[in-house]
Amino acid sequence: MKHSTTEIGIVQTQFATVADELVLESGEKLGPVTLAYETYGELNAGKSNAVLICHALSGDAHVAGYHKGENKPGWWDDMVGHGKAFDTDKYYVICSNVLGGCKGSTGPGSVNPKTGQPYGLHFPLITIGDMVKAQQLLIKQLGIDKLCSVAGGSMGGMQALEWLRSAPDKLESAILIATAAMHSPQQIAFNEVGRQAIMADHYWHDGNYYEGRSPAKGLAVARMVGHITYMSETSMLDKFGRQQKNEKQPFKFTADFEVEGYLQNKGDSFVKRFDANSYLYITKAMDFFDLTEEKPLHEIFKGLDAKLLVIAFRSDWLYPVWQSQQIVKACKIAGLNATYCEIDSTYGHDAFLLEIEQEAHLVSHFLKRVSNGYDVTGEYAI
Amino acid sequence: MQYDCVPLDHRIILDLVKPGSTVLDLGCGSGELLYLLTREKKARGQGIEIDDQAIYDCVARGLCVFHGDIDAGLDDYTDKSFDYVILNQSLQQVQKLESVLSQSLRVGKKVIIGFPNFAYYRSRAQIFFHGRTPVTPSLPYEWYDTPNLHFLSIFDFMNYCKKKGITIEQDFFLAGDKIIKLLPNLFAQSGLFLISRE
Repeated sequence: MKHSTTEIGIVQTQFATVADELVLESGEKLGPVTLAYETYGELNAGKSNAVLICHALSGDAHVAGYHKGENKPGWWDDMVGHGKAFDTDKYYVICSNVLGGCKGSTGPGSVNPKTGQPYGLHFPLITIGDMVKAQQLLIKQLGIDKLCSVAGGSMGGMQALEWLRSAPDKLESAILIATAAMHSPQQIAFNEVGRQAIMADHYWHDGNYYEGRSPAKGLAVARMVGHITYMSETSMLDKFGRQQKNEKQPFKFTADFEVEGYLQNKGDSFVKRFDANSYLYITKAMDFFDLTEEKPLHEIFKGLDAKLLVIAFRSDWLYPVWQSQQIVKACKIAGLNATYCEIDSTYGHDAFLLEIEQEAHLVSHFLKRVSNGYDVTGEYAI
Repeated sequence: MQYDCVPLDHRIILDLVKPGSTVLDLGCGSGELLYLLTREKKARGQGIEIDDQAIYDCVARGLCVFHGDIDAGLDDYTDKSFDYVILNQSLQQVQKLESVLSQSLRVGKKVIIGFPNFAYYRSRAQIFFHGRTPVTPSLPYEWYDTPNLHFLSIFDFMNYCKKKGITIEQDFFLAGDKIIKLLPNLFAQSGLFLISRE
């Protein structure tokens, strides 16, 4: 496999036990807690160049580069690498799989040490706060006191917001992409349809399916709903139109239209890499997330020293621009040093993985400014 | 730094703003002025700009900028949260001019305003002799593609300030790279004012 010079090459997921026992927001205890993570680039001597990237609902620690023997790179490979937005020549980039996930971190599919069986629904309710708490332990274990930035899109942005709330002195900046301080009823509603699809699957067995068949149909339907919300009407029109699939079969409610085939493929491939119970737990964590704690958002931001970059996409109707504007409004009232950009994209929520050029421009310049201590130097000609 | 290549209005604003001030630049464009203020005056600057490309330019200059409308962008700020609010060549383009002006005076301790003078003698001549909507260096747009919504003269603005109890602390009248002292409403292409409201 040949990689271009901007790519990272072969990477390996690592594992760290970050706590023997973690006290969760709910008061319940969970342990031991393992996080899967990957790192790229080198930590500098001052340990000041570390950037944590937080993944979205279905992401994992593998943000860039290739795993051995695989020909698909990490989920944000276009943004992370030599000379890319998160330039691994300058920054030490870390990405970990969230608590509750199924890609190496402790989650409902992990073995419960008390029973020797997978947790299933015995896994406690986890929150975005718990995910971030586990990340903070990992960062500490890596010997880093303060991060240069915490960045993420969608649920990743929620984690970055939670970092700002719970550990404001542990990060210089945050990059919040297509995210929200809390879910709207519409976002909760779509997540609930996904959860109901999983729980309606005959093979779900109240989450106790690890010995036998998994609730693949239900999880696939959940993913199909998800993909509808990640696209926009325009991007669907552009991608599929009313195009019908080529191979004509006798009518049997199979996929007749391209869009149906696309959704089914997305659903089918998702079930091979994702655990249905993790989907239930993580979507609940997203739905319960409320940065404001019922206070005005600007009170949470008051006195914050970190610099913010907020990015939204005009066609994103799942995390619409008003949710980012709400964050911006709080920045204004709290007197925060912040930048907000609305990218003109037709890709919907998916834009945060696709509008690389604009995103890379914003992120690279923002990080440059953060890492040089906000000093506007003479390097720009007048 | 090379002052020669900096436009006169920017040089004047640079002189007006005290070092270390907080500045809100409404309609900051690509951020040339805000960048100068940040670099030369160590100002803590924030821009608001509607144009997509201009936002990318601002970020490339290392500036803090909010993408959005000036008209809607001011309500959220608390009273006197900036030392200066700057409306340089943007006031004539906002929808709700009066509300933007009074909000700027609320949000900023002082407001710096620059706008093209519609009563400049060449504009008058173009209307009078040719019967045409004027096109001048400070009003360079044709009638069909102008972003300007309000056409005001230097006198208009001074009268308005008087009527509304707005204090004009300093005024400057410009024509190209020159300061105009004589009959500014006739000979100046643009006016620049430092105003405040107690």
